[in-house]
Amino acid sequence: MTTKLFGEPVQRREDARLITGRGRYLDDLGAGAPAAAFVRSPHAHARILDIDVSAALDVDGLVAIYTWEDLPGALAEPLPLLIPHPALTHGRTACPLAREIVRHVGEPVVMVVARDRYLAEDACSLIRVDYEILTPVVGVEEAARAVHLVHGDVPGNVGAHLVQEVPSADGRSAREAVETAPHTLAFRLDVERSASMPLEGRGVYARWDDDDRSLRVYSSTQSSTSVRMAIAAKLGLPLPKVEVIAPDVGGGFGVKIVHPWPEEVLIPWAARLLGGEVKWTEDRREHFVSSAHERGQVQYVRVGFDDDGRVLGLDVNILHDHGAYTPYGIIVPIITSTQLLGPYKIGAYRVEFSSIYTNTVQVTPYRGAGRPQGVFCMERTMDKIAAHLGLDRTEVRAANFIQSDEFPYDQGLIFQDGRPLIYDSGNYPEALRMLKELIGWDSFPELKAAAAAEGRTIGIGLGCYVEGTGVGPYEGGHVQITSDGRVHVSTGLTSQGQGHETVFAQIAATELGVPIEKVSVVTGDTRRFGYAVGTFASRAAVMSGNAIALACRKVREKALRIAADALEADPRDLEITDGVVHVAGAPSASIPLATVAVLSNPLRYAFDEEAQRATQFSGASSMDRPPIEEGQEPGLEGKDYYSPIRSTFACGMHAAIVRTDPLTAEIEILRYAVVHDCGRLINPMIVEGQIHGGVAQGVGGALYEKMAYDEHGQLLNASFMDFLMPYATEVPRIETAHLETPSPLNPLGIKGAGEAGVIPVSAVIASAIEDAEGIPIDRMPISPSDLHTLRLTR
Amino acid sequence: MNHPITLTVNGVVREATVPARRLLSDCLRHDLGLTGTHVGCEHGVCGACTVLLDGEPVRSCLMFAATADGHEITTVEGLAAADGTLSPAQRAFAECHGLQCGFCTPGFLCTVTAFLRENAAPTDEEVVEAISGNLCRCTGYQNIIKAVHRAAELQAETRADKEEGAR
Repeated sequence: MTTKLFGEPVQRREDARLITGRGRYLDDLGAGAPAAAFVRSPHAHARILDIDVSAALDVDGLVAIYTWEDLPGALAEPLPLLIPHPALTHGRTACPLAREIVRHVGEPVVMVVARDRYLAEDACSLIRVDYEILTPVVGVEEAARAVHLVHGDVPGNVGAHLVQEVPSADGRSAREAVETAPHTLAFRLDVERSASMPLEGRGVYARWDDDDRSLRVYSSTQSSTSVRMAIAAKLGLPLPKVEVIAPDVGGGFGVKIVHPWPEEVLIPWAARLLGGEVKWTEDRREHFVSSAHERGQVQYVRVGFDDDGRVLGLDVNILHDHGAYTPYGIIVPIITSTQLLGPYKIGAYRVEFSSIYTNTVQVTPYRGAGRPQGVFCMERTMDKIAAHLGLDRTEVRAANFIQSDEFPYDQGLIFQDGRPLIYDSGNYPEALRMLKELIGWDSFPELKAAAAAEGRTIGIGLGCYVEGTGVGPYEGGHVQITSDGRVHVSTGLTSQGQGHETVFAQIAATELGVPIEKVSVVTGDTRRFGYAVGTFASRAAVMSGNAIALACRKVREKALRIAADALEADPRDLEITDGVVHVAGAPSASIPLATVAVLSNPLRYAFDEEAQRATQFSGASSMDRPPIEEGQEPGLEGKDYYSPIRSTFACGMHAAIVRTDPLTAEIEILRYAVVHDCGRLINPMIVEGQIHGGVAQGVGGALYEKMAYDEHGQLLNASFMDFLMPYATEVPRIETAHLETPSPLNPLGIKGAGEAGVIPVSAVIASAIEDAEGIPIDRMPISPSDLHTLRLTR
Repeated sequence: MNHPITLTVNGVVREATVPARRLLSDCLRHDLGLTGTHVGCEHGVCGACTVLLDGEPVRSCLMFAATADGHEITTVEGLAAADGTLSPAQRAFAECHGLQCGFCTPGFLCTVTAFLRENAAPTDEEVVEAISGNLCRCTGYQNIIKAVHRAAELQAETRADKEEGAR
């Protein structure tokens, strides 16, 4: 490694196009393509009696109208249940267009294609759908009572039920451990719904090439390879005839990992049927009512602990609201129930969850993916233990930490990847020490007293978490050096703003010893790389980063072998610097990688001067060996995959100081501090940016964001005017410090960082408000009026 | 009914024929092919579609294209100099990692460009206030705030260089 770029705050290579308006987001493509719009259910639960499209037929520019009855073969069937699980006994997914019953407001019923979106919406507004209204089921506890059912064939509205239990070292069950502990507490916690809410919604643009009998689809997705396979399967097309590309994607945060969305199969189908192109761009209201939400849970907690605050037994029962359908399985509650344990070793643990149907938008992962709820549960528990025993909150946490010499640490549970929950590395006591120093934990009582003397109420809080990142099964990388010396890197997973073009180029430039300017990176384009899983679970850097590094090492080895032949040197004596292979210590004996690339591909035809060197009469090859030796391939390229044995576990600890207004109950975050450990940093600037963004979303979840469903299942705040996301005025300055505990599991020693920032924020803010007010905070988000109400009931 | 309109966009006279209901954002994006202006909420809350109308920031999703007839419009595509030299705001956003997915960025750049014209050396508070009508879901605003200060510095340097050159 001669060109040291790994670990440097290299400026982003994506930015040049994005700051000049030359980005290519979904709706920027396909100028003039016919547009689709959807008639969506206005009811949360209803039976479709009749669809009358006659009034829409006269709309100028109308191309086509489709209902479920028009869908052929596999397209008419329910969409895939992406992640089956034995506990998901009653998984249900929707058809691309509603068949008979609609189960949430926003469910697509009719698709219209017209010359442009305005006209398509005109036609939609003229289509009459007659519904028989059925009783909607709203609210997870109401749904669990099962007076009415969301799906007639799902008893109790229970989609899944799962219990995991880890007994104590001496073999006692968690419930036994709680019962017999010196101290016991029982309480209930509530976390509201929120949503990923990327600034760009979903969108699909499909182009059928009738001459080539092939389909090209652009989708604002987090998994283009899997969308491709789903489209081929649903449309009955040979896989090589379908290509899917994720263009510039305007944020994902989880919602775009779900696939195929109804529109992702309907738009390509319509394009093929109509023999041309069709585009659909989701509008904001559609995004609110027909994509996905997350977070909503009710948790019942019982904990038993000793005089030092050590948890002897923890028994958690979770009601998880998964909305009307379960396309993404039960990943969210599995993550909640496993990652709940955080950096702690718990005496005995029992967790049970029921994943419940309601007549609301489906619930699938949003950044953090169940962790914010789990961390809220565990950290509220730690604070309650501290309050009960009169101990400092950091002491209780320290008493329960897994120690640095205890890794790998097996929590005894099965994680979201179906593999054991074994932490690979970490240093939790040091992270807490750094956090206390950063926020000034030990001197806060004086600050609080001084504020009180001035009539101001302030409080401090903290939250700790462990995040399983870089889940498998695999990602791959392909690296090709062409005869112009350029390095072309591709990986199958997609990008939504994480800066992959930059960090993967840093990895490739470092591994190959080439200037970063020579490296270009393509992600999420199935024409370039067909096998991939996707971008979610803080996995892209870990998975594709390592795969690309491994692919680069293959290419490097090949380059050195070819160069060694040309230079008549031993490959072990060669180095690559600035794109030139040379003998270590003898820079004059050298050959540029560009030339190595030429020599790697024995040619019959010279297409330029460089290529002449590799032609058959140039004397470049030895007469006693074939031009391509056995087991070798032409070209200076390599492909490799990274498939980890299990996830790697990052950690973080956050603290905040808040002020609560004695009169208005307004809550202001005065300081926010983050200590973060994601192993080796590839690009500290980008990691910081990820943390900032996560914290801001966490602040939204803690103080502002919720999905206001009424008892009819109508979402009352389905707009940016009413769903309150933080502006610059709502996000405090974020102070960060890094700890680097490398992962022993992967060649680069890295851990994921994408979701980290958001995970503990609700727990931290609740802790700080509780400290300021002296009122238990058991429900998030908390608004000034919520706090006001809590004060009245004190 | 369609209306012929003439707009001066990024210094170029552009003509289009639009229905009365055609939004300015859609006209810029789909009639004129300037897709740098993005639409995030379609009702004036997120600020992604912000463009400069006669130099003032406006939400192009809240304005009909016909209303803009005869006016001058600057979009993100028009912020750089004719020779491609990036504006201070553009340079600062890249330098300070003030963008991630980049979808909201054109709106921020237009807003900040107009703001720094009015206030060449803003305080932290003034910066936060100035960008408080634009939503970003990626960056947590930390580096956007930094970028606005940096843009002010770069603007001052550029002006100083020009004055130097003029002397």
